[in-house]
Amino acid sequence: MEYIIEMCGVTKEFPGIIANDDITLQLRKGEIHALLGENGAGKSTLMSVLFGLYRPEKGVIKKNGEIVEVSGPNDATRLGIGMVHQHFKLVHNFTVLENIILGVETTKRGVLKMDDARKQVMELSARYGLEVDPDALISDITVGQQQRVEILKMLYRENEILIFDEPTAVLTPQEIEELMKIMKGLVAEGKSILFITHKLNEIKEAADRCTVLRKGRYIGTVEVSDTSKEELSEMMVGRKVSLSVEKEDAKTGDVILKVSGLCVKSKVSGKNVVSDVTFDVRAGEIVCIAGIDGNGQSELVYALSGMMHADSGSVELNGKDITNEKIRNIGLSGMAHIPEDRHKYGLVLDYNLAYNLVLQKYYTPQFEKSGFLKYDEIYRYADELIEKFDIRSGQGARTPARSMSGGNQQKAIIAREIDREPYLLISVQPTRGLDVGAIEYIHARLIEERTKGRAVLMVSLELEEVMNVSDRILVIYEGRLVADVDPKEVTYQELGLYMSGARKGATS
Amino acid sequence: MERIKKAFLKDSSVNVLSSFLAVAVGLIVGFVILLISNPSQAAGGFGAILRGGFADMRSMGQVLYIATPIIMTGLSVGFAARTGLFNIGASGQFIMGAYAAILVGVKCSAFLPGITLCIAAMIAAMIAGAVWGSISGMLKAYCNVNEVIACIMMNYIGMYLVNFLIVHTVFDSLRNQSMSVPGNANLPKLGLDLIFRDGNSASSANGGIFVAVIMAVVIYIILEKTTFGFELKACGFNRDAAKYAGINEHRSIVYSMAIAGALAGLGGALLYLAGAGNRIDVVDVLAPEGFNGIPVALLGLNNPIGIIFSGFLIAYLTIGGFNMQLYDFAPQVIEIIIAIIIYFSAFALLLKNYIELWRMRGHRKPAAPEAEEAAT
Repeated sequence: MEYIIEMCGVTKEFPGIIANDDITLQLRKGEIHALLGENGAGKSTLMSVLFGLYRPEKGVIKKNGEIVEVSGPNDATRLGIGMVHQHFKLVHNFTVLENIILGVETTKRGVLKMDDARKQVMELSARYGLEVDPDALISDITVGQQQRVEILKMLYRENEILIFDEPTAVLTPQEIEELMKIMKGLVAEGKSILFITHKLNEIKEAADRCTVLRKGRYIGTVEVSDTSKEELSEMMVGRKVSLSVEKEDAKTGDVILKVSGLCVKSKVSGKNVVSDVTFDVRAGEIVCIAGIDGNGQSELVYALSGMMHADSGSVELNGKDITNEKIRNIGLSGMAHIPEDRHKYGLVLDYNLAYNLVLQKYYTPQFEKSGFLKYDEIYRYADELIEKFDIRSGQGARTPARSMSGGNQQKAIIAREIDREPYLLISVQPTRGLDVGAIEYIHARLIEERTKGRAVLMVSLELEEVMNVSDRILVIYEGRLVADVDPKEVTYQELGLYMSGARKGATS
Repeated sequence: MERIKKAFLKDSSVNVLSSFLAVAVGLIVGFVILLISNPSQAAGGFGAILRGGFADMRSMGQVLYIATPIIMTGLSVGFAARTGLFNIGASGQFIMGAYAAILVGVKCSAFLPGITLCIAAMIAAMIAGAVWGSISGMLKAYCNVNEVIACIMMNYIGMYLVNFLIVHTVFDSLRNQSMSVPGNANLPKLGLDLIFRDGNSASSANGGIFVAVIMAVVIYIILEKTTFGFELKACGFNRDAAKYAGINEHRSIVYSMAIAGALAGLGGALLYLAGAGNRIDVVDVLAPEGFNGIPVALLGLNNPIGIIFSGFLIAYLTIGGFNMQLYDFAPQVIEIIIAIIIYFSAFALLLKNYIELWRMRGHRKPAAPEAEEAAT
């Protein structure tokens, strides 16, 4: 038998929805097998079945050709299956070493024997090229290093089947490259990898074979080398998807946002995280702020939207000074804001969809009458937005936001913000963690708003998005704008140089 | 509208069921303890608990009387919980309110006529409680002090401050207690004492229970129907998102704690204006009503309407405990039994989850019997 793990005809139903419908997944020994599908396609459910967290209605799991019973995570561990979750399961105030051995500590009469563990971990780390400092605290190391710790955890437990759940969602481009190398190293050492993702580039780069799921159904398994990106995305989405963004030239109008000399000091260090930033955004254009994460993009947006105090400089919206105004007043002056972290800022996850859709409007006469909410109107409005923006959810407007898929959560936020009919739409990493279909949709919506004559300010960490969507690119480096360029005239390499601070362009 | 009602009914039936199950489990464990401590008397003693408030009309009146303050502190804790805050400071707010009510009742009785005296005392109590609660709220909102710490400190400060103030204002040095309010400051009985009586001994039932029920309804409306409640709950669920949506999250926290404090403070007023001759003891003990609010809120699943019923239930069991003294049980055992029942009541939330799981499984098609078996 050539398959190390096989899931045959797995069917899993939830009330009102079939999450997995007769799905077959066969993992060969020593391969990187990608599991591709949009949000809500049933990837997570399938993995939960593999881990024994859910019991399937139909279907069996085989290891090396023999049917095995998986009735809980402990069984999965015994079978040598390990998983790196999208959100790491690490204890932040423990060291790297302590995290790795957590749960499988070697002890002698109840006393930890750290030395043996340390030796073993260092050995594994050297063998697979996973460099970590065993004594560093998790809270002090980067996300990329945390991921290595997760991988080491699996290796330390001698897992043979390694599952990576969207491992690149949290990494920088350099770290992604590094991870791909590590994954290839792991299969070279005889491990088998199941790689859950919806990023086609990564599949093309790393995976040998790819299984595609769509809406809970099994679409097929293909050899990656014989399949183009377009074919893969068509299998995933079920229709042809344009991977490049089409748009007509910008017809710019009046200056909508005018930022001059804006400085924001960090509360912790007292240094400027945004220093002397000056730029305009005109009606009818998408201006994109590009840069490596942590160069002051977030703080800049917080200062613009009133969520952070600007120390000097001024922000004008449509000719009105809104520097350090109250958040609500800024919103009422015509700024909408799609925040970077949709769970932290964008949504009240315990509210239902309808409540979230009126989160910026509940106090307006449309929804409020002498202090009381107009429920009928709220639900009518929510249904209207759901229809208009094609937001999908299990129970319509009454679905708790928490139970919706990431793409639909983001759609809800975008619906809410666009429907405020702002002069300026600020959109921070609007496609982070989303699949191809949702990305296409969101880009189209942003471009539509811009073509309608709104000003759009976008912050993105993904160069491809920056180049495809924007009409003008501002590059931010260490809190300063170092370039103001036209995407049609600039190359990826040049942008990369600006972003790393190696080159400074002329900015007004 | 139809759909809202339907969904509400469905969810609330699970809530009610889980609370009842929690109490049932508590009663069973309580009975086991009775059996262990004194087998021969267990059945009788347990019967006394079960009959509790229904033993006679006077007991029923006492249930109303005892339920009143703990419904108020339960509302205080429950309201704060719905807005994301753990108000463990109901005790301090309660005693501040109680003192304010007695102070007004005693000092103003000469010039405030009729019912206005009682109303003034209640308003004073709410203000005192609100001030006390909002101090914890401000510490939380503006200095990022955890409200649990702030509330606990304010409990002690409140207790000592009230003892100090009583000695200097409304002290009865013979009894080492506060004075009791004059008769015209008391809540009207509304004839309840005449309905709920056993022969010549009248119960302490009074109009306060109506005040408590009305407050529960008011809180329910604030939380579920108003823009204000929408903001407070949004803040409780996700402070960052509330801020992002332009809600002043600092102010919301202060308002939440002020309202929670006002509710507890009013609870204090309702107890000491009950016309049962209650006085505040000048001793270094935190007011237990404040803490009893916590199980009341838990058992009511923080729902204001649920809290009315859980308040009644705990009052009922308390009366049952009094009646148990007829049997041969140490008073401590009685206390333990009541505590155990309350303790298990706190499992209502846990049981709710189980019921929901069970309900979900019921929805599953019968086509998968082997999965059913394996899951159990």
